[in-house]
Amino acid sequence: MEPRTTADVGGMGHAIKRKEDPRFIRGKGTYVDDIQLPGMVYLDIVRSPFAHAKLTAIRTEAALKVPGVLAVITGETLAQFNLHWMPTLMSDTQMVLPTEKVMYQAQEVAGVIATSRYAAADGVEAVEVDYEPLPVVVDPFKALEPGSPVLRTDKKDKKDNRIFHWEVGDKAGTDRAFAEADVRVKQDIYIPRIHVASIETCGCIADFDRVKGRLTVYMTTQAPHAIRTVIALVAGHVGLSEEKIRVISPDIGGGFGGKVPVYPGYVIAVAASVVLGRPVKWIEDRMENLQADSFARDYHITAEIAAKRDGTMTGLRIKTIADHGYADAAANPSKFPAGLFSICTGSYDFQHAFAEVDGVYTNKPPGGIAYRCSFRVTEAVHTIERMTDLLAQQLGMDPAELRLKNFVRKDQFPYRSALGWEYDSGDYHAALKKAMDRIGYAELRKEQAEKRKRGELMGIGISSFTEIVGAGPSKHFDILGIKMFDSAEIRVHPTGKATARFGTKSQGQGHETTYAQIVAEELGIPAAHVEVEEGDTDTAPYGLGTYASRSTATAGAAGAMAARKIREKARKIAAHLLEVSEDDLVWEPGKFSVKGAPQKSKTIQDIAFAAYTNHPQGMEAGLEAVAYYDPPNLTFPFGSYICVVDIDRGTGEVKVRRFVAVDDCGNIINPMIVDGQIHGGLTMGLAPALLEEISYDASGNIQGGSFMDYLLPTAMETPSWETDKTVTPSPHHPLGAKGVGESATVGAPPAIANAVVDALSHLGVRHIDIPITPEKVWRILKEKGVAE
Amino acid sequence: MATHTITLTVNGAAHTAQVESRLLLVHLLREVLRLTGTHIGCDTTHCGACTVLLDGEPVKSCTVLAVQADGRQVMTVEGLEKDGKLDPIQEGFMQEHGLQCGYCTPGMMMTGYALLTRNTKPSEREIRQAISGNLCRCTGYVNIVKAVQYAAAKQQ
Ligand code: FES
Ligand code: FES
Repeated sequence: MEPRTTADVGGMGHAIKRKEDPRFIRGKGTYVDDIQLPGMVYLDIVRSPFAHAKLTAIRTEAALKVPGVLAVITGETLAQFNLHWMPTLMSDTQMVLPTEKVMYQAQEVAGVIATSRYAAADGVEAVEVDYEPLPVVVDPFKALEPGSPVLRTDKKDKKDNRIFHWEVGDKAGTDRAFAEADVRVKQDIYIPRIHVASIETCGCIADFDRVKGRLTVYMTTQAPHAIRTVIALVAGHVGLSEEKIRVISPDIGGGFGGKVPVYPGYVIAVAASVVLGRPVKWIEDRMENLQADSFARDYHITAEIAAKRDGTMTGLRIKTIADHGYADAAANPSKFPAGLFSICTGSYDFQHAFAEVDGVYTNKPPGGIAYRCSFRVTEAVHTIERMTDLLAQQLGMDPAELRLKNFVRKDQFPYRSALGWEYDSGDYHAALKKAMDRIGYAELRKEQAEKRKRGELMGIGISSFTEIVGAGPSKHFDILGIKMFDSAEIRVHPTGKATARFGTKSQGQGHETTYAQIVAEELGIPAAHVEVEEGDTDTAPYGLGTYASRSTATAGAAGAMAARKIREKARKIAAHLLEVSEDDLVWEPGKFSVKGAPQKSKTIQDIAFAAYTNHPQGMEAGLEAVAYYDPPNLTFPFGSYICVVDIDRGTGEVKVRRFVAVDDCGNIINPMIVDGQIHGGLTMGLAPALLEEISYDASGNIQGGSFMDYLLPTAMETPSWETDKTVTPSPHHPLGAKGVGESATVGAPPAIANAVVDALSHLGVRHIDIPITPEKVWRILKEKGVAE
Repeated sequence: MATHTITLTVNGAAHTAQVESRLLLVHLLREVLRLTGTHIGCDTTHCGACTVLLDGEPVKSCTVLAVQADGRQVMTVEGLEKDGKLDPIQEGFMQEHGLQCGYCTPGMMMTGYALLTRNTKPSEREIRQAISGNLCRCTGYVNIVKAVQYAAAKQQ
């Protein structure tokens, strides 16, 4: 699409440089830990060494004697105010601090407040806690067995560890499809627990003003308004009412979903500030971040696919055990306990599908969806893309050919999937063909055949994913009852410059730039003259925040709608100034001119000035608008990725030689930023495919609780990503955009896994669970007798 | 806890401070001198968000005690811009979209800056190797490599 605005205006389609960069490249960003308030004190947290234990005593005397220590807050302290439990975003409950027992290793046990962070750490060392270990439940399958210890003894009627059973689709029809199928493929797939590990950890400063009764919280949150409401709901009974709470989300050093939930540390800091009447800072360290914060995935999946002999897919059946940890604190929309997992039919035209998920309590930290993914879409995509390759292998068919045969066709959109979604638009064949051309698919297959003869291990993997983002339409989507709209407010000032505020919060996505471009596109005011603000609940309109690739789809759309309201008013003012009727005016970005007399025109700047100095009689002065956008549907970005790997027969190491990503996110606001989002997303797809996993031993001890053994990709493992695109606009989004932040994280893992399995398929390998570590591969090579 | 008086030069300016033995250099910079451009991202010396130059060599300032910087020269991200002119490495990051959240960026730029002082024409591999002790969760490194290449070309 050719940009409609000039480069000076910098509307949609222009790769303008980012407005946030000048402060960041000078070290002048303001992240939460950069803020120092007068009289500020520090919170540090005592954590449990046990995964499941009774608390028999907490002794604080020694800690209180440590120089600088001001107070120790325990569950008992909070219980006096009934603040020791809090609701989760999934209407479950979670401890802030325990009074009876701990439920996972690294759980918060007490908070120490001191005059410096060093003194607070000394205080933590000096708190003595007595525990009585209880039997630990680590395996979610065992947790469901009769006779397993029931973990949530706080829930009076709870007799087992099942959180929910959820199912979707036509079971009978699907069973019939399987009974009638020529070919059936079945596979257990485990998608392990991982952690987003944004380079900035989580933290806050709670600042309670006793005189005004006002609480200000500076916080690493992706959803400041929702947090304000949660604080009011949790602590309303002790006098914190919503109009007296201000949440400020300053610059955020990466979020990816990990900064959506409410962690106990935030609540303890708020309580401590109320009690002490001083600002309290809490910044978690990396180990606390990895060991206690929200995780993602942990899905134990059994998937089956039914097909005809010619490769036509006819049925999909999936059964999943979801390990949620000790509380259901996945930040899903309320009506979707398994998130949007029902996108699992993917890019393929299935007539029948059925999926079921059981959520299970175990002695692990709570969470479930925090890893750059729109609510369990990654699990769904990994499953269907792996299963497609398994089917191809079974049929002896090329995996590209099998995909092309089964894709939903371009002319089927809007397409209703077997599990009930209405895909807005797509052209899956075009994306895959483009990726195949770009990488030279046919030649690669020849190369692979020759290498195989020489005993070399090379594989080619495809992933043709469909995403589902932009939650979401208020009919189905809410969090704690709050509908998942989002908002924008635009104020055009007399001199023709604008301030725009949004209910979302960037964590690196570049909203200050892209939202300014949306305003530029709609009003013709140069993006350079549009100041974007987010993250302050006192000034921004109410919104649900940034996660699940929803910012462009919801708040971006709200920005366009607010701008259009302004344009309508501007038209009236222009008609008044030009003394013509409104119908005689034509708009082009930045000005209204008279039909047939283009020299007679008024720029948006002229009009803005007139809105304050010479507005028509009977019209309100000013040029401002607010819009709350409730999307009519979700958006469905898609793409096809192809990955080439070489495997070292000596070490089992997988090297990604090439990776071509063809993405389609609809109309593009800033191509430079979209490319950057895809690069980053691909790297966060490579990570769980090859490196990252958080596992637990039988006693519930975390493995992978620091950067020593939780391996993020460095520049050495990360390939030079090759990106390309097709553009299929969303028919229902005002800008035709779909959102892109998470596509690559969702789409990349199966491309890599499929490539590795492809490299080993001639040895009889059908499936390998991610992360595909050198050790796993080496063991397979050894077993097959090909290790060097 | 014993305290020490130390004197060090940070971005060309001399500072004297009274510090506890255990105070980390990164905390001295951030909390005492209020140079908050240097960040903290881990507790095991892996992320490199805290990278500064100590006598011209990149170090992870979370793993250096403040007392070890006594009598030495420290350069932080705030020292890159000279007389209102951005350093080429800063320009490179902006031009090539080498940053997103900006949290790893100061450390990345200091590492890149140090690389270019000892190798004016680094290959892609040499750049990747040089920044392999700096983690970025946002960019996927491709544009960071380009940013360093941009700075290298600019300095020719
Ligand atoms: S803070 Fe991570 S290496 Fe220094
Ligand atoms: S830009 Fe966010 S960690 Fe590098």
